[in-house]
Amino acid sequence: MAPAGRTLLIVALFICGYGIFASLYGARTGRWEWADSGRRAVYALALVTTIAWVILEAAFLRSDFSFNVVAAHSSTTTPTFYKLAAPWSSQEGSLLLWVWLMSLWSSLILFLTRARVREIAPYATAVLLGFAAFFTSLATFFANPFATSATAPAEGAGLDPLLLHPSMMIHPPMLYSGYTLMTIPFAFAIGALITGRLGSEWISVTRRFALAGWLFLGIGIVLGARWSYTELGWGGYWAWDPVENAALMPWLCITAFIHSIMIQEKRGMLKVWNASLVLATGILAILGTFLVRSGILDSIHAFGASTLGGPFLALIALMVAGSVGLVVSRRADLRSEHHLDSLLSREAVFLLQNLVLVALAFAVFWGTFFPLISEAVTGTKHSLGPPWYDRYTVPLALIVVLLSGVGPLIAWRRATPANLRRAFAAPLAVAAATAVVLLVATDAARRPLALTLFALAAFVLACVAQELWRGARARGAIAGEALPVALVALVRRNRRRYGGYLVHAGIAVLFVGVAASSSFQHVNQTSLRPGQTARVGSYTFRFDRPTVAVQAQKISLGAVMSVFEHGRRVQTLRTAREFYPDTTLGPFQAPISRFFTGEPETQVGLNAGLTRDMWAAVDVPLTPLQSALDFRDRQFQMALRELTTKRRLAAYIQARDVVVDSLAQRWAQHPWAADFRLIVSPLVTWIWIGGIIAAAGGLIALWPAPVAARRRATAAYRSRLGRELAESGA
Amino acid sequence: MDPSRKRAIRLTVALTAALLLASALIYTSFTAGRDELTAGQLLRLARPGRSYLLAGTVLNGSIRRQGDVTWFRVRDPKLSVSVPVRYTGIVPDPFAAGRGVVVAVQERAPGSPTFVGEQNSLTTKCPSKYQAASGAAS
Repeated sequence: MAPAGRTLLIVALFICGYGIFASLYGARTGRWEWADSGRRAVYALALVTTIAWVILEAAFLRSDFSFNVVAAHSSTTTPTFYKLAAPWSSQEGSLLLWVWLMSLWSSLILFLTRARVREIAPYATAVLLGFAAFFTSLATFFANPFATSATAPAEGAGLDPLLLHPSMMIHPPMLYSGYTLMTIPFAFAIGALITGRLGSEWISVTRRFALAGWLFLGIGIVLGARWSYTELGWGGYWAWDPVENAALMPWLCITAFIHSIMIQEKRGMLKVWNASLVLATGILAILGTFLVRSGILDSIHAFGASTLGGPFLALIALMVAGSVGLVVSRRADLRSEHHLDSLLSREAVFLLQNLVLVALAFAVFWGTFFPLISEAVTGTKHSLGPPWYDRYTVPLALIVVLLSGVGPLIAWRRATPANLRRAFAAPLAVAAATAVVLLVATDAARRPLALTLFALAAFVLACVAQELWRGARARGAIAGEALPVALVALVRRNRRRYGGYLVHAGIAVLFVGVAASSSFQHVNQTSLRPGQTARVGSYTFRFDRPTVAVQAQKISLGAVMSVFEHGRRVQTLRTAREFYPDTTLGPFQAPISRFFTGEPETQVGLNAGLTRDMWAAVDVPLTPLQSALDFRDRQFQMALRELTTKRRLAAYIQARDVVVDSLAQRWAQHPWAADFRLIVSPLVTWIWIGGIIAAAGGLIALWPAPVAARRRATAAYRSRLGRELAESGA
Repeated sequence: MDPSRKRAIRLTVALTAALLLASALIYTSFTAGRDELTAGQLLRLARPGRSYLLAGTVLNGSIRRQGDVTWFRVRDPKLSVSVPVRYTGIVPDPFAAGRGVVVAVQERAPGSPTFVGEQNSLTTKCPSKYQAASGAAS
């Protein structure tokens, strides 16, 4: 099947080439049948890449080790569930996933807009196919997922144990969906700039895709944080790692864009800003992929060691130059129709919120690239750690939370004192009451920034609750509906607005979790023997007994721990260090110790609750086993050399398994001191709950409106379009 | 006030704020950033008592555990030199031979060949990401 896969990639390249030509020719000559043919090329690309993806997945499911990528990233013992996810653990599979997802999303938007944005769509099609051609070229010429070996190994290296986590099944496709969806508004913005059709039309057709990109990328980021928390054995969920930052930057920009397009739709303002934001988002989405695939962050020179660095750099340079050139050349057409009437208006608040979000994105960008910048300027790399990021992101995040409460309530154009009183009196009272209660009842005073955030989150939640209450009450009074029915109907009829409110509530809740868990966390890193205890905050952790589990794929040496509060047992935690075989060793190297020296993985003992999480990770040092391992290695190396028959091989394997098992069992029979990392963190669960609330809000905002509401929206859109056309003299 | 003058003032204030923020960002990044050195640079430049971030790849076969102490060598990606590190603290799961790491280190003693890693400062690069071209020196 590999030749079929390689052929499909070549076919995909030809389709991209044809589609770009047909779209541009159709747009330049006005022969729309060519433009339609270009659009159909995208559908064909989706079909071809879907078949290619199915071939790759089938190779993983069949454990066809003649595929290099399967041999390097899977094995016969990899569970089926993870075999399905294994393609995107490789560079080659990731590139194909990029093209596949992009072709699907592009097909969807082009199908939905087939009768709209006639002039813009062909250029957007060409841009989208340009991206597809770029990634297909990489997958064809630099990192081919269908590359094969003449002699297939009997067994594969297996999936990296760290990726054996349910969220890894969803996290990469979510991130890649987010990245690919963000290229869609980028492509339509380019089309709008080329054609000069810079009204609300291109925004109207791509808004939902921008929102979907925001949603998918956001879910991907939260899932990544969850994976880090439960899988990586350090107890954190965010480390300002360049890979995390790569996803955060476009997410911040698209968040700003989703808000600022409302001002363009309502008042015809911020056209330059919106075009620039969406172009920046598209560039950052590609930059994100570049960051994690090129190796540039290892060193300014390292991207030369990667085959992908050069092509990515060329693409990004082209995108930046093209975007700047187009915006500058169209600056006269992008002039705002109205000006800001007052600083006390929704437009001003949205603008400020946009500036803060972009400042956040810039700070993250600077911190991520600073090692390269400093290396280029001073010749020595400088690294910036979490304290540097916190210095900028914490105050900016506080402002974002505050504005997410103010923005939805303040009046358009100009807010009057009466409007401000009516909108904010109750939420401000709730925020003040929250601050007072926390000051009196807890030790929150020792962390003023966290206290401020709790008060601001209370303010946002009160703002959202007040809006829902007022809206539902008014609707209930008019339609004679009960309050819960009126609330559901209210949200159903104005999904964008109320979905957005829910997102704001979710983000506020998420920030409460972040502030509490980072400010009031207790950590104890200690060495314990069975029966010994360690204090973590107001809890006592006791190492009760060791555990051992020997399986074909891994050896698990663990610990059962009891947690006490005021002398009363409140929880039992089970944590383990899992050792996978070292698959890089030759057949005669370390025949016994290889089972202990491969990739280790920590199984975290976690008890998550609404008020606090108890978290434990054990690291069992193998030093006490070392002399026994060395002795057995020598013994079995000699036995290996004497293997001549199949019967002897079977006896050897049996004896080897018995020895490995007995060595592992020593941990249970004569346990030695093990290293523990013990954490008690308040309100971590609210980070995930906040993420779920925000995702639910995003989904509500994304969901198509009922027919009647859509008709109203379309009528408003038509009237606005008519006005724009009349104003432009078309 | 004349609306155009008002707009000009607002623009000036916004640009000044942006400029101040950018200046603060640049200044603090140069003052708060820590030198990140390769093994070769560390051997040349290290001064006793000063802390450095050592970046490189873990040398194959160099990892050794003794109680809560982990010994390993960090290799220079460009030169064929490596430095030994004695480290205590959290060892992230992705830590393995051949993987990219960053660790804060100090010279153990003047002239000592071993560097002492600051507790819990070891970070490992994500294993699923960058792959160098075959034959590339990494």
